[in-house]
Amino acid sequence: MFEHYLSLFIRAVFVENMALAFFLGMCTFLAISKKVQTALGLGVAVVVVLTITVPVNNLLLHHLLDEGALAWTGIPALQSLDMRFLGLLCYIGVIAAIVQILEMGLDRYVPALYNALGIFLPLITVNCAILGASLFMVERHYSLGESVVFGFGAGVGWALAIVLLAAIREKLKYSDVPAGLQGLGITFIIVGLMSLGFMSFAGVQL
Amino acid sequence: MAAAKVTEVLFQPIFSNNPIALQILGICSALAITTTLQTTVTMCLAVIFVLTCSNFFVSLIRTHIPTNVRIIVQMTIITSLVILVDQVLQAYAYEISRQLSVFVGLIITNCIILGRAEAFAMNNSPGMAAADGFGNAVGYSVVLLFVGASRELLGSGTLAGAEILRPVAEGGWYAPNGLMLLPPAAFFLIGAFIWLLRAWKPDQVEEPQFRIAPNSRSVEAF
Repeated sequence: MFEHYLSLFIRAVFVENMALAFFLGMCTFLAISKKVQTALGLGVAVVVVLTITVPVNNLLLHHLLDEGALAWTGIPALQSLDMRFLGLLCYIGVIAAIVQILEMGLDRYVPALYNALGIFLPLITVNCAILGASLFMVERHYSLGESVVFGFGAGVGWALAIVLLAAIREKLKYSDVPAGLQGLGITFIIVGLMSLGFMSFAGVQL
Repeated sequence: MAAAKVTEVLFQPIFSNNPIALQILGICSALAITTTLQTTVTMCLAVIFVLTCSNFFVSLIRTHIPTNVRIIVQMTIITSLVILVDQVLQAYAYEISRQLSVFVGLIITNCIILGRAEAFAMNNSPGMAAADGFGNAVGYSVVLLFVGASRELLGSGTLAGAEILRPVAEGGWYAPNGLMLLPPAAFFLIGAFIWLLRAWKPDQVEEPQFRIAPNSRSVEAF
């Protein structure tokens, strides 16, 4: 059991890295990776949000939306109701709500971390990595335990990628880049090379 | 005047203010679904539909939306449109829908859509907003089609399933470049697209953060 979770975790971090293998969360990934400090803060926020939202969405799917999931109510009309088409609306709602609650909670109890994260916390709602992880959870039929591990692993993988990119971009400031590639262009090519590097993990059997 | 402005709104985003190359919006979905031209075209059509409609409807009710809940209202409109697209695809093009997998759902979090709703549809009339949405979606599609066509042509020698370059495995001469079908190629191609675009329109070039001073010593540093 433990090995199964460990292999799922390693796979989510390295082999199926959210940012570099599935291109999720790219907008924030490219826009907010100029400094290691901010990248680290954003990475931590993503890990926290993913670890909470994926299991919550998992519960929502299995106890509310899935075919026959409403059987626990005992109402015959709801026995075979399949509401999976409402999934998207529910997941994004859950994500927006959790981000909002997390923001208020942090503000109240851990103001230091709240100030450090600043604007990034609300921005996470529209980070595709968060919704993407929930959709992958649905597509791959993860159980509750697996979805906790997957959410955490996916978050760690994304955080790792953005911190690495920020570190490279900090060094890159001093290099002589052709005019047309300056800024965004060269960043794309670096991310491509990083993605090539992460591909070496593909095929790792755990 | 009004007509001139509509065309401006419509054509500006295609090359001069491209959402992907200049605004850094909507990159997430741009990369993963561009391995074949067919999925790329489907994705482009879906985004054109969702972005035009969402901009139109957001603009239609913009005076009734309270400012502090506007994001949720916009999200609900966008999500409803995406559910519509998802259901239609599953019903009429199941194979493509399977290939696109989670990326249809991810149109919701495609930053172009929320970005345009927020930046343009909230303070412009419905007609203008729809034109802006359409223009931006076409600008997005241009980049996607460039990447999709290059990846399929160089990666498997076909275009939309039709054979263009006959691969070696089938007795032809073209050795397919397998890298093109892998994730990194999409990054390289978008990087190249940005380079081409900026070589053509130099005003989009970003200022370097630091200038490198010329070597002040008389001998080359070893």
